Amino acid sequence: MNPDLVKMIFGRLNLDALPIHEPILVGTFAVVATGGLALFAIVTYFRLWSYLWREWFTTVDHKRIGIMYMILGIVMLLRGFADALMMRLQQAIAFNGSDGYLPAHHYDQVFTAHGVIMIFFVAMPLVTGLMNYVVPLQIGARDVSFPFLNNFSFWMTVGGAVLVMMSLFVGEFARTGWLAYPPLSNIGYSPDVGVDYYIWGLQVAGVGTTLSGINLICTIVKLRAPGMTMMKMPVFTWTSLCTNVLIVASFPVLTAVLALLSLDRYVGTNFFTNDFGGNPMMYVNLIWIWGHPEVYILVLPAFGIFSEVTATFSGKRLFGYTSMVYATVVITILSYLVWLHHFFTMGSGASVNSFFGITTMIISIPTGAKMFNWLFTMYRGRIRFELPMMWTVAFMLTFVIGGMTGVLLAVPPADFVLHNSLFLIAHFHNVIIGGVLFGLFAGINYWFPKAFGFRLDPFWGKLSFWFWVSGFYFAFMPLYVLGLMGVTRRLRVFDDPTLQIWFVIAAFGAFLILLGIGAMLVQFAVSILRREQLKDTTGDPWNARTLEWATSSPPPDYNFAFTPVVYDNDAWWDMKRRGYRRPLTGFRPIHMPSSTGTGIILAGFATVMGFALIWYIWWLAAVSFVALLAVAIGHTFNYHRDFHIPADEVVRTEDARTRVLAAGAQT
Amino acid sequence: MSVATNRISVQGSEPVFHVIDEHDHPEGASTMLGFWIYLMSDCLIFAMLFATYGVLGGNYAAGPAPKDLFDLKLVALNTTMLLLSSITYGFAMLTMEKSKIGQTQLWLAITGLFGLAFLGIELTEFAHMIHEGATPQRSAFLSSFFTLVGTHGLHVTFGLVWLVTLMVQTARFGLTTANRRRLMCLSMFWHFLDVVWIGVFTFVYLLGMLR
Repeated sequence: MNPDLVKMIFGRLNLDALPIHEPILVGTFAVVATGGLALFAIVTYFRLWSYLWREWFTTVDHKRIGIMYMILGIVMLLRGFADALMMRLQQAIAFNGSDGYLPAHHYDQVFTAHGVIMIFFVAMPLVTGLMNYVVPLQIGARDVSFPFLNNFSFWMTVGGAVLVMMSLFVGEFARTGWLAYPPLSNIGYSPDVGVDYYIWGLQVAGVGTTLSGINLICTIVKLRAPGMTMMKMPVFTWTSLCTNVLIVASFPVLTAVLALLSLDRYVGTNFFTNDFGGNPMMYVNLIWIWGHPEVYILVLPAFGIFSEVTATFSGKRLFGYTSMVYATVVITILSYLVWLHHFFTMGSGASVNSFFGITTMIISIPTGAKMFNWLFTMYRGRIRFELPMMWTVAFMLTFVIGGMTGVLLAVPPADFVLHNSLFLIAHFHNVIIGGVLFGLFAGINYWFPKAFGFRLDPFWGKLSFWFWVSGFYFAFMPLYVLGLMGVTRRLRVFDDPTLQIWFVIAAFGAFLILLGIGAMLVQFAVSILRREQLKDTTGDPWNARTLEWATSSPPPDYNFAFTPVVYDNDAWWDMKRRGYRRPLTGFRPIHMPSSTGTGIILAGFATVMGFALIWYIWWLAAVSFVALLAVAIGHTFNYHRDFHIPADEVVRTEDARTRVLAAGAQT
Repeated sequence: MSVATNRISVQGSEPVFHVIDEHDHPEGASTMLGFWIYLMSDCLIFAMLFATYGVLGGNYAAGPAPKDLFDLKLVALNTTMLLLSSITYGFAMLTMEKSKIGQTQLWLAITGLFGLAFLGIELTEFAHMIHEGATPQRSAFLSSFFTLVGTHGLHVTFGLVWLVTLMVQTARFGLTTANRRRLMCLSMFWHFLDVVWIGVFTFVYLLGMLR
């Protein structure tokens, strides 16, 4: 065939893009393909496709979308963790002349993919999923402000994840580190598709994230139950509000900076090049103006979870509610004033560095206030050490260490020594695992019974907890030591044999974390099997305080048969204390949004467009862009997007709950 | 949201924990707020592009500078087109308030024509610059110039597609509540682009001539 024609049809995609010469990748592909085929076969065998499409893929119900986000995050956690294990193993054996088992070309992709996946496709979906699930319930709403947009946002996040996963088997991923600094990420030094996968994966997912941020802000501002003033909102809702403000105020920056990088790569402009007046440090500044708020986007919801959990399991009102809210808001604002601490070594001079060093240190004040609030909430409380509370205590111990090393790094002269070292790696894993991930695990264990109607198995949960926590310390404390000794990040082989023992300890820690993740998966499986014993009939298994526990577990589609009226910031606690009686009659039809397949179709076209742009298949990019536009415009011609749940269906649902509650009360 | 509740806080009597007489949320109750927040996020993208222009705008790399390239008369004409389109969009909204569908459509069409004229002039300007060798690849100044002004132009293009869509929808379904809300959103979008353009005009063109 004419090579020009082939190039026109397939762009730069050809058979060489398939990594058939790399045994590790072929093995991975075999496992993923077998698993995927098995899943496909099971779903087909049980004729679940239409059910999945109707009830899940096209749903606009915030609860189901939240659960799908969580599933996405947990699946991607397995991928991101596999990368982590590979790195730990490589670094543990690449001594005394050994090259390890990963070639440089592959190793560089592994550490890039690990960072990108863990932040964008593990932490973000898990955080967004929890906010999606919990916030409307906590504020007594029926759904989010823009339910269709919510579905679309989710599928865009999936689209980004699909592109990043695809790079494993078609072509390759970026070899630049997770923020893809130019000039390395520019076309001259990264001419292949890796950085393009990075750009389009993040752009597609970024659209979803921004829109879901707008959606949740509107939901919290507009849809609160009557009586719930801002200062009566649950703390998790407050931290979610601040997080979504941060999302909306920072993700456009990422969109813009990645767009500029793509212009450099695709069109040949000179934003971040070394010649014709370009300035690579401009990229570094811009991406950290997004990047620093990003870490607070992740950790603020976790702070919210700890606040809910601590109050519930101490059986007390949260200590210092007002200061908690102000601390959250102060952190939100300060997170914009610290970005330069990621590159003190840029050489911006003593004054600039001092400013950013000081703002960074100031952040520890509101964070410390939060820590004391949790401690004082526990003080003289009747603490129940259920799983969510265990994760919270582990967080409090671990996060304080991470926070203190953070303050160390905030001192510019110290940072000049520690910059880019394993000390930094240890620090941010210390706060992200110890803060975000432990928070998410607390949240998953806490809200799981609300979502599914049964608790998670405590035995396997505790096993997972101890493996995770001890594994974390084994894996990351050695990195602090190594960092202080001057070992830099992203190294593949080592010359100094005395360092090896620390890497072996770290690898052992990673292995413990592997057991922790395994135990968690077993926990899910065992809990599903034992769901009858673990059943929650009350809707309030923890004797909790906020509104989401006022409805059944799992909640009906409409969340609340009647919109609750709020008098106190522990609304449900207040209702229980003052002898609330569930209404049994007088139900009315409930106005709800209808499901639509438009979200998944739009996201599908966006993903195809991303793929086409990565491989320079211009005709396909154009076609999918036009299709995207056509479907979006077509969707606006549909003016009927809602329906009413008839009153007798509400009566049936509520009567069923009345019977369950009565049966529960007898036993 | 209209709610009929008895907020009883009298001691002794039982508090009311539910909205008894609940009405549906009016459709699109959050749309204006949501659209405002979206506009602010878009504004941030422009802020980044302005910042980039601010940093890189003086890096001519021995290539052409603003004084060699900009034709202020043409830009003034272009600015006039866009400002006029904002005024005519305002007229469209006024007639919409009076539910005069024909006049609304007419003003929308005029707005679209002004928008097209703006784009036409902008493209002429770009073509002229590129013809003279002042391409986006020539220097960081030109990269950031074309990106900032071009992104604004892309927004106007998108606004025009949206405008046509809404005119079709207004013709088919009339000035319904939903359509009024949509026209209102586009109105905000259109005026927002005007404001951004004033920034571009001042910061890029006028200050550029002073450099």
